[in-house]
Amino acid sequence: MTNDQTVPAGAPLAVEAVGVGKVFNADAPNRVDALVDVDLSIARGEFVSLIGPSGCGKSTLLRLFADLLEPTGGTLLVNGKSAHQARVDQDYGMAFQQSGLFEWRSVERNIELPLELKGWDKARRRERSREMLELVKLSEFATHMPWQLSGGMQQRVAIARALAAHPPLLLMDEPFGALDEMTREHMQAELLRICSGTDTTVVFVTHSIPEAVYLADRVVVMSPRPGRITDVIDVSLGRDRDELTREASAFFERVTEVREALRGIEMSDHARGIEDR
Amino acid sequence: MNTARARQLIASVVPPIVFGVLFLAAWQWWVVTYDVQPFVIPKPTAIWQSFVDDFTLVWNASLVTGANALVGLVAGAVVGFLLAVLTNRFAVVSELINPLAVTIAAIPAVVIVGVLNNMYALDSQLGRRIMVTLAVFFIVFVQVVKGLRQNDATQMELMRSYAATPRQTLLKVRLPNTMPYFFTAVRNAAPVAVIIALVSEYFGGTQDGLGSKISGTLNGSNKALGFAYVLGGSVVGLLFFAGSSLLEYVVVPWRRRRRSR
Repeated sequence: MTNDQTVPAGAPLAVEAVGVGKVFNADAPNRVDALVDVDLSIARGEFVSLIGPSGCGKSTLLRLFADLLEPTGGTLLVNGKSAHQARVDQDYGMAFQQSGLFEWRSVERNIELPLELKGWDKARRRERSREMLELVKLSEFATHMPWQLSGGMQQRVAIARALAAHPPLLLMDEPFGALDEMTREHMQAELLRICSGTDTTVVFVTHSIPEAVYLADRVVVMSPRPGRITDVIDVSLGRDRDELTREASAFFERVTEVREALRGIEMSDHARGIEDR
Repeated sequence: MNTARARQLIASVVPPIVFGVLFLAAWQWWVVTYDVQPFVIPKPTAIWQSFVDDFTLVWNASLVTGANALVGLVAGAVVGFLLAVLTNRFAVVSELINPLAVTIAAIPAVVIVGVLNNMYALDSQLGRRIMVTLAVFFIVFVQVVKGLRQNDATQMELMRSYAATPRQTLLKVRLPNTMPYFFTAVRNAAPVAVIIALVSEYFGGTQDGLGSKISGTLNGSNKALGFAYVLGGSVVGLLFFAGSSLLEYVVVPWRRRRRSR
């Protein structure tokens, strides 16, 4: 880490949101309350999944953490500082549903871009990109161009790029959403393996229930109109998860729990819809 | 795989060749059968004969026109590209340049060449080159402005997450993203540059380029030589198109890959 992290006294939280809200078009007729009164504390090293139906504000919340959007209410600390400062200090890495690889850069030069912007010299960048490629098991593709890789491989490069600067926080917005089921499960296992060696905190947005449960220590269930947190479910499956975890009864129990929490949202939505008429 | 590619190549090359040969054969047959006089329409074989016999004449005229087109193409591409980038960076420049660019594009080439010819010495090629520059400028400018606006949302969010400065984003993302647009524009502008260079010779000035030779000889009795000059013009145009396509192929390989998918 190049920046010395000033951690305030007390619990070192990766993310601390108190009463955070986000309103789009506040004074217009098309006003949208994307997020209302969100309280969420994420500890260092924790893996948290955000799940909910479309429009529940899970991606918006992630973008607030990343300072890609600014909250319209509440207080938000990322890595113990303002989200803006955390972004400027590059305290987090980010991965999206689209790999967002730069087509004109080779795989290794894609991974080196955030380091380049941080002002690292070439030798140090190259050393780190080699290390990252080894981590995501793509060493032999260092000089390939993005179009020569499969979707899953591109996503692995994107993750390597997000982690290249060794940020304490990894923000992921449905990174495996565009992959087929087999590749997806493989990537989930890979992500856990990659993160297990580090104490990286991960916030992972998804709309797949098994994915949310398989990956996370905690699953945050959100509901739309207005976007808010309705449930937080402790997964407590331990840190050593493998393919057998997916077949364990404890896993199914958690999946059921999340599913019911989500169904509760649909039911109440439905009920409200009837009332409105 | 290779036979499939070979078959594809044959499928794309053979039809135009067959059509071209048939067209020339029909032309030849028509002139011979109906005894069309050579000062009306010459036979393709006569044109070819003239092209070979007077190759030095055609070659020299092609060099003059080709040089004008090339200078104008490069100058127009550079100016168009730079102004488009400035327009993208600074709103003030955009308000100044956009109306001006459209106005210039709307003025008939003829008028500008006339004015330019009066401005410079009679033996100067400058007026023609400026004319080509103006035409190319507009094509490139419009495309590059468009390219600079087409940005991948994920890539832009990534750059923001890296706390990249506007300058870094311009250099590392916007410009590379614009390259395919730029080279497409250059490829489209290349044959236009040749045509403008050729036509701008119709309005006075030195009589040494393809345009002047074509207008001179096609009015005379040696129609075969006139058509040989036209043939020369076609070859120059094709070379420009091929050259700019090759440039695109070499400089923006990712676009080629994306298209071939």
